Amino acid sequence: MSQVFIALQTNEETRPIIEAIEADNPKAVVTRDPAMVRISAPGQLVIRKDTIEQNLGRDFDLQEIHINLITLSGHVDEDDETLTLHWDR
Amino acid sequence: MDMKAPEKKLGIKEKYRLLTRDLAWQPTYRSEKEIYPYLDYEGIKIHDWDKWEDPFRLTMDAYWKYQGEKERKFYAIIDAHAQNNGHLNITDGRYLSALKIFLQAISPGEYAAHKGFARVGREFAGAGTQVACQMQALDEMRHAQTQIHALSNYNKYYSGFHAFAETRDRIWYTSVARSFFDDSMASGPFEFLIAIGFSFEYVLTNLLFVPFMSGAAYNGDMATVTFGFSAQSDEARHMTLGLECIKFMLEQDPDNLPIVQKWIDKWFWRGFRVLGLVSTMMDYMLPKRVMSWREAWEIYGVENGGALFKDLAFYGIRPPKGWEDAGKAIDHMSHQFMLGFYQWRFGTAFHSWIPSDQDMDWLSQKYPTTFDKYYRPRWDYIKRAEAEGKPFKNFGLAKLCQCCQLPCVFTEPDDASVLCHRQTTHKGEIYHFCSDGCQEIFEDEPEKYVQAWLPMPQLFQDPVNGDLAAWMDWAHLTDGLDNGEYQGSSDQRNFDRWRGLATSNT
Ligand SMILES: [Fe+2]
Ligand SMILES: [Fe+2]
Ligand SMILES: [Zn+2]
Repeated sequence: MSQVFIALQTNEETRPIIEAIEADNPKAVVTRDPAMVRISAPGQLVIRKDTIEQNLGRDFDLQEIHINLITLSGHVDEDDETLTLHWDR
Repeated sequence: MDMKAPEKKLGIKEKYRLLTRDLAWQPTYRSEKEIYPYLDYEGIKIHDWDKWEDPFRLTMDAYWKYQGEKERKFYAIIDAHAQNNGHLNITDGRYLSALKIFLQAISPGEYAAHKGFARVGREFAGAGTQVACQMQALDEMRHAQTQIHALSNYNKYYSGFHAFAETRDRIWYTSVARSFFDDSMASGPFEFLIAIGFSFEYVLTNLLFVPFMSGAAYNGDMATVTFGFSAQSDEARHMTLGLECIKFMLEQDPDNLPIVQKWIDKWFWRGFRVLGLVSTMMDYMLPKRVMSWREAWEIYGVENGGALFKDLAFYGIRPPKGWEDAGKAIDHMSHQFMLGFYQWRFGTAFHSWIPSDQDMDWLSQKYPTTFDKYYRPRWDYIKRAEAEGKPFKNFGLAKLCQCCQLPCVFTEPDDASVLCHRQTTHKGEIYHFCSDGCQEIFEDEPEKYVQAWLPMPQLFQDPVNGDLAAWMDWAHLTDGLDNGEYQGSSDQRNFDRWRGLATSNT
């Protein structure tokens, strides 16, 4: 199955996001390069607003991810609650 | 006490519909054809523009908010860099060469992308597409500006940063990136979108920005990391736009498939050749390297590109024609191109050097099947010549590929001991090519490529007329300062001296 991935800058704003992605996607593999974190998973990766808000202790708008986003791969599906990367049709 | 009921917030889907789709209207006193005159001539058929969706559903208000935040973050770090002698924190002055190539060849490409997207944002008929292209036009302008601004700090101390606009127009290796963008801008709106939005942004931009910026971080260059990642935060949106556009074109009409496929073939190969510049930066110019060009290709080319083309097979798209040749070139291109840079180092607005023994060991470890066999012996030869006081220089002019404008320094895909050279005769004139891919692109549109401005023929025209010193003046290149060997350059002397001053009290 094809891998999808997302890469985020390494900083205090992304730490709770990365932890949320790891918690919500048991198959995710996290790679830490200088200044960036790359998270890949087979087929699909789901980012949940809820989990991020629990980690963060405040409201979080999923579009805030754009500030620290580096790159991604896969089709993007976004609504108010989740941002999903996938290769399914 | 009264409690104000909180206003119900719109969901992003509804907000997107109201703030994007509802901004468009049906024209009444001018025809669609008059308003959007360039939509037919490439042969692409679109039946329903509303089928195009931005999956991020970014509306203009959210766009300004997040872009403003990115700028604040960017300038906080750029200010700190300027205030704290950030230029002395880089690992080594050799690293500056990568930055110079970036500023001379890549940043002007950002500006070209801005112009292109501003144009197609006007030329496409769908409101969603128009908004996304306008956002990208603004992003690309921001990229050009932030890069120039960040690197202007280096211009205060080092050579080669001072005339990037002229360098972009007049020096040979920059014409590779320039002709790539000029070619895309001289195409129709749909081809432009496949060229930049899909091939460059989706398939290739990761190879340019991600490992290179991570490399900048590894080499202590906070200014570049910052503009790089700030720009890159827009790229995910650009990549998604590119992917959505190709899906949209393919879903709208089956007749679009062969046209789109041809553009994918063409623009993959064009983009791959531009990346030849990046491969030398990654393998040779970063004093501390995060990953080799080969390793970056494995992740972002083979794995990511592979997944993408497997997905697009659904529409009948196959991987680009040059894909296999590209795979075969990966273990050779950075070495062949860096040897080219080194032997023509009198004509570059950056410094080059013979790799150290340690660097060569790293290269043979990263390129076990090719480096020791083909390239170490050449560097050893060059090193001996240098030690004997007869430094190796090539004052001959390179034969340039009429399509990608790189010197024809690459070898046959299946035989690294034979130079790859193709030629074609068009209306009695001979044209040269570096590869089958470039020859095919030319033969498909010869009337376009015969008009290409090529830096080597320019040498024999006014105002240079074959005189090397006159060429250097014209290209804003000061001999002995901006060009040549890193060893003994003023950049090396200054970097070492200032760093010494910064870390001691003498
Ligand atoms: Fe850009
Ligand atoms: Fe871009
Ligand atoms: Zn070529």
